Amino acid sequence: MYQYDKYDQSIVDARVDEFREQTARRISGALTEDQFKPLRLKNGLYLQLHAYMLRVAIPYGTMSGRQMRMLGHIARKYDRGYGHFTTRQNIQYNWIKLEEAPDILADLATVEMHAIQTSGESIRNLSSDQYAGAAADEVCDPRPWAELIRQATTFHPEFSYLPRKFKIAVTAAEEDRAAIRLHDIGLKLVKNDAGELGFEVYIGGGMGRTPFVAPLIRSFLPADNLFSYCAAALRVWNRWARRDNIHKQRIKILVHDLGTEEFTRQVEAEWQEILPLGTDVPRVELDRIAEYFAPPPFESELSDNVDRSDPDFAVWLDQNVAAHKAPGYAIVNISLKPIGGIPGDVSADQIELIADIAEQHSFDELRATHAQNIVLPHVRKDRLYAIWQVLRDAGLAEPNLDLISDIIACPGLDYCSLANARSIPVAQKIATRFADLGRQRELGELKLKISGCINACGHHHAGHIGILGVDRKGTENYQLLLGGSGAEDASLGSITGPGFSEDGVVDAIEKATNVYMRERAEGERFLDTYRRIGMAPFKEAIYG
Amino acid sequence: MGQDCGDTCVKLLTGNDLATGDVTWWTGDGWSRHIEDAVDVGDHGEALLAQETAALRVNAAYLIDATATPEGPRPAHIKDRIRALGPTVRPDLTRKPADPNAGSWVI
Repeated sequence: MYQYDKYDQSIVDARVDEFREQTARRISGALTEDQFKPLRLKNGLYLQLHAYMLRVAIPYGTMSGRQMRMLGHIARKYDRGYGHFTTRQNIQYNWIKLEEAPDILADLATVEMHAIQTSGESIRNLSSDQYAGAAADEVCDPRPWAELIRQATTFHPEFSYLPRKFKIAVTAAEEDRAAIRLHDIGLKLVKNDAGELGFEVYIGGGMGRTPFVAPLIRSFLPADNLFSYCAAALRVWNRWARRDNIHKQRIKILVHDLGTEEFTRQVEAEWQEILPLGTDVPRVELDRIAEYFAPPPFESELSDNVDRSDPDFAVWLDQNVAAHKAPGYAIVNISLKPIGGIPGDVSADQIELIADIAEQHSFDELRATHAQNIVLPHVRKDRLYAIWQVLRDAGLAEPNLDLISDIIACPGLDYCSLANARSIPVAQKIATRFADLGRQRELGELKLKISGCINACGHHHAGHIGILGVDRKGTENYQLLLGGSGAEDASLGSITGPGFSEDGVVDAIEKATNVYMRERAEGERFLDTYRRIGMAPFKEAIYG
Repeated sequence: MGQDCGDTCVKLLTGNDLATGDVTWWTGDGWSRHIEDAVDVGDHGEALLAQETAALRVNAAYLIDATATPEGPRPAHIKDRIRALGPTVRPDLTRKPADPNAGSWVI
């Protein structure tokens, strides 16, 4: 994985010093809150319901055991013993003291981490495929390009005061595990007929108040021109963005208003202006970055056989372990969704345990996923049983990946000052209602996503089943959506009808799953059945 | 949002401690972490808000509607009740970790 050079380290260290001074000036009264707020937001520090919240960047979700252990240290020393992994592959802490925030950033800097551009009107933490570098279906590891964009855009003056936040995802596999078409820019590495590497470029996707699936803007962008093309798109957006209306500032609105054809024309024209300036990052720099992402020294001639005689282990193996491109290795998904637990929450002890396992058994690599789970990307198959036992004893072996209890949920009204309704209790009730693992597995892949407000941090638009919490005259109310997907078959869910109480929405979901069980054809997932039979049978069952 | 509380309607001043971020409530002569200590600010809310913000004794302060009850004021909106108690999903981290019924006060 990438390691800082002296320039990376110096700018992160300088930012810590700068923020320490800014914080001191705020506490002394030299800065008002209005003056300080944009400064703290540039360092990932929000003021939430109960305290300050710090969001720490995990670039494209990749980190080492040492970095993970630091996240545990911060949870224990500065927070209340836990952290929360987010849908942007970051981690956030809910109980931060302003006076200690500079010390936290200083501690993070010692392990090449920071909170820069995790909030504010900037290019946010790039996200990627949690299986990058390990997936059997990828054309190459996408992370060198993600790192390249990260470096090229960090503190870039042209992209530091954008009209609104901006989210980029990069993948290289057929299966979309990063929801690229629901990003401002989604990039998929592909090879053309000549075997050359390039990108499919999708622009203008997003969730929130006005969701859109991003259209394809360019079917093949030569890989070497990645930065200049992204810069052209950002310039077109910067030129026309509706800075007068916060709800219409995202690039998705511009793409929609201009139309895909006109937007594409303007981006291509701008790109032709930029290209001769030679702003693309030289290949030698990409090669330098790519060296850090060289495959680990996999052992050869390892067996692919795994002893499945322990039935509980066999279930976990089938549900949470994915194919690896190297023989004898596997990808392990650690579910942070115990039945009745808080999706994405993990204790300091658990964080440190996972760091230990990564160091001992996964070439010192970890991934945070946008589904709020953790991945050990490179695990020998002959060690799976021992690892499972350790995870099980720590409450980290729930075998529910992509099942109905593997719920994405934003912090909701329990923590978030923007939320209108609580998300976590709804997730807990649904997981508990469907706790029976046999039932969950019978239902099969069913991605359920919950947001506590229209900002859609819980990706409710992209859930096979989505839930949106709203405020109805001071009372929590939950709208139900069906038919969304964040995968390669991306789509937006449709609202079923009138909303529900907290218990009512759990009942409604059970009715929807009953329709699926009754109507499904051979091999169909919930989403497939919904797409085939439409909303009507579900509405009838839910409201009839 | 109007309240249906008649004579028991009160206005509270709340915010966050600047340095720690803790939720705080105006008590009449200072700030408390406990809503039970909060007092009705009546028509003086805006003036108090400006005074206390300028003095750096509170951050991001605002006024809320609440109902006076024998147990203390109860905010009209669920968001402020959660602010007052703590996250409903982590009773151990609330202001009343030993009270098993504390969460019902929020709902």
